[in-house]
Amino acid sequence: MAAEVARELRASFAAGRTRPVEWRAAQLRALVRMIEEKEGDISAALHADLAKPHMESYLHEISLAKASCTFALKGMKSWTKPEKVPAAITTFPSTAQIVSEPLGVVLVISAWNYPFLLSIDPVIGAIAAGNAVVLKPSEIAPATSSLFAKLLPEYVDNSCIKVVEGGVEETTALLEQKWDKIFYTGSGTVARVVMAAAAKHLTPVALELGGKCPVIVDSNVDLHVAIKRIAVGGFLKRVIERFYGEDPLQSADLSRIVNSKHFNRLTSLVEEKKVADKIVYGGQTDEKQLKIAPTVLVDVPLDTALMTAEIFGPYLPIITVEKIEESIDFINSKTKPLAAYLFTKNKKLQDDFVANVPAGGMLVNDVALHLANPHLPFGGVGESGMGSYHGKFSFDCFTHKKAVLIRGFGGEATARYPPYTTEKQKILRGLINGSFIALILALLGFPKEKR
Amino acid sequence: MATAAAEQLRESFLTGKTRPAAWREAQLRGVLRMVTEMETAICDALHADLAKPRTESYVQEVKSSCKFALKNLKKWMKPQKVSAGVLTFPSTARIAAEPLGVVLVISAWNYPFLLSVDPVIGAIAAGNAVVLKPSEIASATSTLLAELLPRFVDGSFIKVVEGGVPETTALLEQKWDKIFYTGNGKVGRIVLSLAAKHLTPVVLELGGKCPVVVDSNVDAHVAAKRIAVGKWGCNNGQACVAPDFIITTNSFAPKLVESLEKVLLKFYGKDPLQSPDLSQIVNSNHFNRLSRLMDEEMVSDKVVFGGQRDELQLKISPTLLLDVPLDSAIMKEEIFGPLLPIITADKIHESFALINSMTKPLAAYLFTKDSTLQDQFENGISAGATIINDTSIHLTNLHLPFGGVGESGMGAYHGTFSFEAFSHKKAILARCFIGETKARYPPYTPEKLKIVKGVLKGNLLAMIQAISGCARGA
Repeated sequence: MAAEVARELRASFAAGRTRPVEWRAAQLRALVRMIEEKEGDISAALHADLAKPHMESYLHEISLAKASCTFALKGMKSWTKPEKVPAAITTFPSTAQIVSEPLGVVLVISAWNYPFLLSIDPVIGAIAAGNAVVLKPSEIAPATSSLFAKLLPEYVDNSCIKVVEGGVEETTALLEQKWDKIFYTGSGTVARVVMAAAAKHLTPVALELGGKCPVIVDSNVDLHVAIKRIAVGGFLKRVIERFYGEDPLQSADLSRIVNSKHFNRLTSLVEEKKVADKIVYGGQTDEKQLKIAPTVLVDVPLDTALMTAEIFGPYLPIITVEKIEESIDFINSKTKPLAAYLFTKNKKLQDDFVANVPAGGMLVNDVALHLANPHLPFGGVGESGMGSYHGKFSFDCFTHKKAVLIRGFGGEATARYPPYTTEKQKILRGLINGSFIALILALLGFPKEKR
Repeated sequence: MATAAAEQLRESFLTGKTRPAAWREAQLRGVLRMVTEMETAICDALHADLAKPRTESYVQEVKSSCKFALKNLKKWMKPQKVSAGVLTFPSTARIAAEPLGVVLVISAWNYPFLLSVDPVIGAIAAGNAVVLKPSEIASATSTLLAELLPRFVDGSFIKVVEGGVPETTALLEQKWDKIFYTGNGKVGRIVLSLAAKHLTPVVLELGGKCPVVVDSNVDAHVAAKRIAVGKWGCNNGQACVAPDFIITTNSFAPKLVESLEKVLLKFYGKDPLQSPDLSQIVNSNHFNRLSRLMDEEMVSDKVVFGGQRDELQLKISPTLLLDVPLDSAIMKEEIFGPLLPIITADKIHESFALINSMTKPLAAYLFTKDSTLQDQFENGISAGATIINDTSIHLTNLHLPFGGVGESGMGAYHGTFSFEAFSHKKAILARCFIGETKARYPPYTPEKLKIVKGVLKGNLLAMIQAISGCARGA
């Protein structure tokens, strides 16, 4: 099935279906319509998969997907235009430009936590850039996966944009095909498998992975605001109660854990006495509903699984240090995260943080928001990934930037051709140095050839 | 040894010494001094390895690369401000380039000096520590680089590791923050699969069969000169961007062949094997490979010019072949040598199908005066680069990205692209403590959702409501 899909898409691409800007715009407009008309269905699927509150479905997935389409629709004309660059003296006269061409047929493998957004957003980039694309949604969010399989064919050109559902087997079959790019969102373990499979075909990849995103909180902050902002991404006492009430497990505004595998993974992180002892707030669980309450821990031993693995759940450990500067060394002792956050009013600490903490992206005095800005590249570095997207970066991600040099038949420089002589070399060196005099001499046919 | 080198460089990098512009500039000036003061030694090594003519040593190109980096470094290092957007108002947003860390550059044998130093220049400009593994097949240049670099740059951050397959494999087993490899697709796959173990991003500068399509409406003499210098004037065809084969019309082929012959005579004289302007074939391995391509049945009788060989000197003269079978080895493999097959077709457009039946090349060339054909070629043929009415020369323009696509590679460099190849572009969003939007926080209510939707639609009233803290809640 995977081979068939790849073959069909390759034929469609070779036929040139995806190249015209009108086709790309039509697909994106169809996606906007799909998001608008099926908002209820999308929200319902996200609730089925994750008990995701409607507000979060809207704010974090649906609205961002729509914004992504409209941003691409707006930018596409200028993005697809060749970019003129300065011509070099060495090639005078000539025009030089960089042309964006689609890579061809691409594969997007999505994740389960933002199953709608993380599927549609890369696909938007692939379409805008003129590629044919296969989307493999996460089987761990099955309602959203089925929804894609049902909806996309109703709205977009099915000969160029396909959904393939399935688990490990189907994904492996897809990864054995030759793609012109693979875009994967998920874990470092699977990313290594994806990249190794890609290596066989020399396929370039974009990997959006994870890591332990640290939050540094300095003492000079407006604590109330800082805590609320962290609380949107993580959870802390007073604010948690204000957000979710006295019994968070009953709050409609809290997503559940995606499945029992992850539920067990998370609860085992706090099982050990030396970790459980450090819980200062929360810790309630409901296995049947797959719910875990926002939980805060203080000074958990650093060698525990909670402190070494990526948590990806509602636990928020707080580590205390003597001096806030120590936090930078601590973060740098771990692998590079997808994002790093700092709350402070101290400008020097801000500069220090930005200059010395490698991370995919950074926020000062807030968390997570940078992914809503389409002018910022969203991607990791090191263990948190390679490549980036959002806004124009999505377009670039699925594009080959082809150098194009155009000359006429004038501008012949004898100095360029054998037999090589010292005089010719002098002129060539002048040309490479950008010397106009050398150019004039070269064009005039110097050095004059002996007959 | 590989482990020691990687560990040492990582320790050095963590000291932060490579971060300031001053350090990077000092190293780049060191490279520039090296190329200027040691030019003779460099040319001698290139001559020992490849009988490379002095003009082709590209020493000037390396200097130009250094100077371009020195000129632009501060600009490249400056964070780029971007639009902050209404969703995070008030805030500032910027993109800052940071070094990836410790990088590995694996070079090739055909331009052993240029292809070693040019990526290293990019790595240094971007603030990385770097290991250079020059090609052991160009041994004189490898030895020279190992001797020279430590004299001109900071050896605790820039190291040369010499060696062949075992040493390279040992290096590839270490964890690097980026690997830059120039060479062939087979080894490219090995590099990429080893990089996958550490999730190391790579740049692969590979090859392919660079086609030259020659239309009949061109100035045959100029076209012939430009094809010849791009082919035999580039290491006697042993260049990743050298024209691999020509496609032209039946009617134009005789004129083109005649022009090429005239030009070759002028360039290299009656006895090309004696010309000092022709590089030798790098070693007997490749000499035999090329001989095999020429001697294949159904191919050997298609030689219309040249074909002279000198096994002792490892020299092969510029050779033209006319209409070899498309399934012959010379038409299936990358030639990387002085053999130039010319394929004829009835109509020039037939060339497109042939080119697209092959893997995407590093460069595709078209000679024509027909602007429609130019557009069709640009849009219909995917390649690392496309050049109209010339060959190989695009790599002198530092504003153009130099790299492949598909089988010809991934990633690009030269100029700013070198700096970017070895950088991570980090997104930075900065806020202060005002501009609190209550609508953003739980408990979620229909009221808050309305405000949020309004803000996203760009509704001014909604924005005011959002910031003024309307809607109950935290």
